[in-house]
Amino acid sequence: MSGFMSSSIGKKFFMSITGLFLMVFLLVHLTANLALLFGPEAFNKVSHFMGTNPIIQVMQPVLAIGFILHILYASMLTIQNQKARPESYAKTVNGHQSSWTSKNMYILGGVVLSFLVLHIINFFWKMKVTGSPLLNEVEVDGEMMENAYGLVVGLFKDPQLGIVYSLVYILGAVGLGFHLTHGFWSSFQTIGMSNDLWRKRLTAVGYLFALLIGAGFSIIPLFLMITA
Amino acid sequence: MDLKLRVWRQKDANSKGGFENYDVQNITTDASFLEMMDILNEQLVNSGQDPVAFDHDCREGICGMCSLYINGRAHGPDTEVTTCQLHMRKFKDGDTITIEPWRSGGFPVIKDLMVDRSAYDKILQAGGYVSVNTGGVPDANALPISKIDADEAMDAATCIGCGACVATCKNSSAMLFVSAKVSQLALLPQGKVEASRRAKAMVARMDELGFGNCTNTGACEVECPKGISIAHIARLNREFLFATCKE
Amino acid sequence: MTKLNSKIPEGLVAEKWDNYKAHQKLVNPANKRKLDVIVVGTGLAGGAAAASLGELGFNVKVFCYQDSPRRAHSIAAQGGINAAKNYPNDGDSIYRLFYDTVKGGDYRAREANVYRLAQVSNDIIDQCVAQGVPFAREYGGLLDNRSFGGAQVSRTFYARGQTGQQLLLGAYGALNRQIEAGTCKMYNRTEMMDVVVVDGKARGIITRNMVTGEIDAHFGHAVVLATGGYGNVFFLSTNAMGSNGSAAVKAYRKGAYFGNPCYVQIHPTCIPVHGDFQSKLTLMSESLRNDGRIWVPKKKEDAEAIRAGKLKPTEIKAEDRDYYLERRYPAFGNLVPRDVASRAAKERCDAGYGVGTGQAVYLDFKTAIERLGEDKIRERYGNLFQMYEKIVDENPYKTPMMIYPAIHYTMGGLWVDYELQTTIPGLFAAGEANFSDHGANRLGASALMQGLADGYFVLPYTVQNYLADELHTPRLNPEETKEFIEAKDEVQNHINKLMNINGSRSVDSIHKELGHIMWDNVGMARNEKGLKDAIEKISALRKEFWANVKVPGSANEMNPELEKANRVADFLELGELMARDALHREESCGGHFREEFQTEEGEAKRNDQDFTYVATWEYKGSEASPELHKEDLKYEAIEVKVRNYK
Repeated sequence: MSGFMSSSIGKKFFMSITGLFLMVFLLVHLTANLALLFGPEAFNKVSHFMGTNPIIQVMQPVLAIGFILHILYASMLTIQNQKARPESYAKTVNGHQSSWTSKNMYILGGVVLSFLVLHIINFFWKMKVTGSPLLNEVEVDGEMMENAYGLVVGLFKDPQLGIVYSLVYILGAVGLGFHLTHGFWSSFQTIGMSNDLWRKRLTAVGYLFALLIGAGFSIIPLFLMITA
Repeated sequence: MDLKLRVWRQKDANSKGGFENYDVQNITTDASFLEMMDILNEQLVNSGQDPVAFDHDCREGICGMCSLYINGRAHGPDTEVTTCQLHMRKFKDGDTITIEPWRSGGFPVIKDLMVDRSAYDKILQAGGYVSVNTGGVPDANALPISKIDADEAMDAATCIGCGACVATCKNSSAMLFVSAKVSQLALLPQGKVEASRRAKAMVARMDELGFGNCTNTGACEVECPKGISIAHIARLNREFLFATCKE
Repeated sequence: MTKLNSKIPEGLVAEKWDNYKAHQKLVNPANKRKLDVIVVGTGLAGGAAAASLGELGFNVKVFCYQDSPRRAHSIAAQGGINAAKNYPNDGDSIYRLFYDTVKGGDYRAREANVYRLAQVSNDIIDQCVAQGVPFAREYGGLLDNRSFGGAQVSRTFYARGQTGQQLLLGAYGALNRQIEAGTCKMYNRTEMMDVVVVDGKARGIITRNMVTGEIDAHFGHAVVLATGGYGNVFFLSTNAMGSNGSAAVKAYRKGAYFGNPCYVQIHPTCIPVHGDFQSKLTLMSESLRNDGRIWVPKKKEDAEAIRAGKLKPTEIKAEDRDYYLERRYPAFGNLVPRDVASRAAKERCDAGYGVGTGQAVYLDFKTAIERLGEDKIRERYGNLFQMYEKIVDENPYKTPMMIYPAIHYTMGGLWVDYELQTTIPGLFAAGEANFSDHGANRLGASALMQGLADGYFVLPYTVQNYLADELHTPRLNPEETKEFIEAKDEVQNHINKLMNINGSRSVDSIHKELGHIMWDNVGMARNEKGLKDAIEKISALRKEFWANVKVPGSANEMNPELEKANRVADFLELGELMARDALHREESCGGHFREEFQTEEGEAKRNDQDFTYVATWEYKGSEASPELHKEDLKYEAIEVKVRNYK
């Protein structure tokens, strides 16, 4: 097994498995977020569920480890890949052989990571650590819970920075979408679950998935901007 | 037509190289790219200069010896050809053509445009064969093989070992080359017997030799002169994972 | 006094090889590793021999001039490999393959060798399949066959249009396995510069490292040359750019006799020469003649108009086309053997009916496309059509292909006995490098068969038989052995001499001039005057070379010009030898056509009475003429007849 961990395919296997895991997380996260479109009560209920459900609590550190491994292996592989060509070409042609996204996954990953940090500071950190006056408890169906809706709306409808945050969040979602256009199919290829036929299917599904995630996460700030 | 050439010159593996500019005149569009290089060399020899060293042999696209990164593309601006099959009609009068050697840590430059591809031999030595001795084998028709599998094995087996996949990959990964052999032999019953051992040994050797990691960009299959599909890389991944599971 | 002893074993032709194997000497496993064998060349014959000898346990040192053993020119063979498997149940047998090969070779091959070749042909197919060679198969999962020229059965196994590549990669795999096991040691980018003979036996070689220029000596208890043919004497041929006859020439100078140098195969379907800058000729597979029809215009004025670009071939009406092969050879039509088809094309072009540059004829698929549809033709020949289009920039589905004969293969080579041993004991020659089993003309799909037969199934026996007597020969240290030191010095002097001429002509310009002389005088049609002329011209050109060639750079580095110069020096020697052999052979047979010896209809006329022998030449020094020795050919299993394709 130690040989596997240090082999190129082994390392990529971890990239692929963590990537697939993170994609499942994205789907769950998006589903939860979309509750926002149905008003404060729906969103707060979902948010409360996510904050208290024991399985979700157990999965949180696993998710964190997933992110960290995905980033660590990406960095390791990228450094190795750069070393593999000590002298670069004087002239290269772009776009002919492969898509821009497939060649720039590390950069796109960086975009997603920056967004992730901001996102954690904006929400997760406030909800779990520092707290915020916007989170003052409200009653929903006779149960008291944090007003997560208030926090979200507060951010995107902030009179000074609301528009900036909205745009940054949309940018982050689009970056993530592009990351997924290559990442989805690629993770299946790496674990060997592809051939000439399935590649066509998986790339198509991958584009749909990327669109779903990218558009899905963009809808929320857009929705709040419009309803403003 | 008249052309300006920007050619990488490097005395030997230990020297520092650089680009030199040359002009060639009256090149017909019917000439192959390497014939244009011959004309340049004849010109250089006649004027007392050192001709440009480049690898070539069969000049019909099968031996895999010719290389050259031409105007930013492995084997130049045509699809499914080697440099020797590239013709000058793909260029226009007055063009400047940049000619570089394959660039990869796995393929050090020997001289000018020649690189050392013995890493490929070493990878195949690790297990790119069926371990049978001469003689004492069963009749050729003793074992029927599905035509579909045999055809797919042949698709992979057409690899000429030129190195365009490594040269064109942004990570300089040798996965397409390795997968072509692993896939060919994994598809045939003769090769299945030692498929696990082969996949592990060849990947381990590949990793030792300084090639990068595959990130599935697919550039290799676009520039492969034999059009070998990266579906074979998926099969290699599969073979490797199964082999690990069997441990 | 002649040294020629073909060592053909006793018994009926079908029993000879078994008799040989039953009585040959063997080396026990513990002793094998004490014996060193040098193999030069890694094509089908060399690669297969090196791997097989390594598997047996001998210490093998393997050399090739390319950057990898996988590049050897066997890789370029397209069509297929013959074997007498009789899988299609169409009446094939070992005897029939033997018979077809001897007949195809115009009764100038050695019976015993050809029979053995046919015998082991089946083992080759089994071996290759076991190695994972992906031969074409039927839907039932069994192997598919197709037919080739000169045979009435389907006995050719193939892997698309890349059979040579797949077979070579099989042998290369076997060799790689031995390299990994440590029994074979591989030297890439290393050129053999000379054979070292100690006390009358071959004991090693001198090499030049093509990257560093270093000259080294290597010892071997036996030396195998599997260095291919010398078609590049003609400058333009279907051979690889690096294919050369130097190893054979060095052996010849050291005392190995050269057999039948004038037998050269000219392949009828190659893409024509289109300019002076051209570096090589590309073959279009013989299989195209199954559906393509060869023609030239019937009227000279049409041919002239086409050459001038005023008329297109598609504008010429059916009745104005001369399908000359169908006209001259109604029984075989477009599928006559290679030598016959080539000569017929030359005859038409010489008479002024050629198209293109005047040195080309049409290969037309119009009728076939009308009959079968374009899709069917694409399925059969798609890759060849694409290759043609890449080179010529014309769509062969719409306009006929232009083709012309080109130098393809050399049947002649180092003379060897039944054991494939040359006249120097311990020096073996295999594959195209020996004078071979093909007589005066080789049939399609037989070169691959011969290379692998020699490498896998003949040399492992015969080399062992030789080495059994060498057990007590200690390994010589090349640093301390007089013969090695002298040979090394000689090579060094030879290189210095080349480097110091510093004349004004590039190597290629002299090579091209040699090629023109050869093509005009020692090519498809030869005559006494032309051959005498050629000998004189080559001799003068050789002087010019040694006085006026220019080799830039230095000898202690990668220097492709020096490599070429060294090879061209040997081609000049070979060219003269070929002309001499062609001049002495006063008959027409197979690939050797003397204009003086033809029937009234212009067909080749053999002279069995006086020339049923292998002509072998002994080197007598650079200024003296070589001496002719004859090995008489006796036909016991086959009745000698006149070939007739009408």
